[in-house]
Amino acid sequence: MDLTDRQVERYSRQIILQQVGGKGQQRLLAARVLVIGAGGLGSPVALYLAAAGIGTIGIVDGDRVDVTNLQRQIIHHTCDIGVEKVESAAAKMRAINPDVEVRTYSQRVTAANIMDIVSDYDFVIDGTDNFAAKFLINDACCLAKRPFSHAGILRFEGQLTTILPGTSACYRCVFHQPPPTNAVPSCSQAGVLGTVAGVIGCLQATEAIKYLLGIGQLLTDAILVFDAMTCTFRRIPVRRADDCPVCGPNATIKEPIDLDGPLCDLKVPTDVGDP
Amino acid sequence: MKIFVNGRQTDIEGPVTVSRLLTLQEVKMPQMVSVELNGQILRPGQFESTLVTEGDNVEFIYFMGGGRWT
Repeated sequence: MDLTDRQVERYSRQIILQQVGGKGQQRLLAARVLVIGAGGLGSPVALYLAAAGIGTIGIVDGDRVDVTNLQRQIIHHTCDIGVEKVESAAAKMRAINPDVEVRTYSQRVTAANIMDIVSDYDFVIDGTDNFAAKFLINDACCLAKRPFSHAGILRFEGQLTTILPGTSACYRCVFHQPPPTNAVPSCSQAGVLGTVAGVIGCLQATEAIKYLLGIGQLLTDAILVFDAMTCTFRRIPVRRADDCPVCGPNATIKEPIDLDGPLCDLKVPTDVGDP
Repeated sequence: MKIFVNGRQTDIEGPVTVSRLLTLQEVKMPQMVSVELNGQILRPGQFESTLVTEGDNVEFIYFMGGGRWT
């Protein structure tokens, strides 16, 4: 579909980039990206992808906006407290850019629903806050062969990697399985600086855009670790693991599995929200 | 011996096992770390039996989720 005059004007600052151009913008408008988690990571991702003119953006989250979210989940405003996060996020994305078709999924991802959801998208963003969801997303994206950006944040640090299933190292190549429940630090001790979520989320959105445009080098086979305290980025090279249970030659995981049982028994105060 | 831990050159007496290195480096929760030795990810079962020697490059990659475990 040809760009309208208004679209040429709206996206002029990126169309002018040689690596994007009108063709690239048309690609973005035809693309579908799924953002799982409308929290600290999902907020900047969803806002920037909407602004960039990604044609279809799905957003998944089962929570409602809480006052403790507002310090970092910048897609939600004070007046949204109590509103479903996906509805709050969708309103901002539509307000930024009416070109975007926003699809909302007011639910958590589970083994039962995730394959159907991710299969509808070209690229997936993991903006979730817990290991059960991170492993589930990794497994589902590997099984459905959907490229995705994984990220995590904690305190003053964040990390991310881009995964092209079957081609580059997946999350399970690096972390075989979730940490034992008793090893997970209590969340009341954890906390996170909002801007760290912003830094990492912006990088995730950038990876999605690069993938959709087919430009540059993706952050594959490497984990990028950001330390806000020293303002340093380190890139740790990783490789596909022969013994990876989901993408290795002898993979044992053939369908998504819910891991939340053993990970759920840590009760935390509600004043510590997702990232 | 000189090794690199998370990119930083470190001088320790060695060789040492990966388990011992985790202790020496004061990694408080080794269960929250994936260890990469010279580009190869080790599984936790290998920590006791794998030796770190002169010039090795070790990366501790931490599990990083978010602020809440649900």
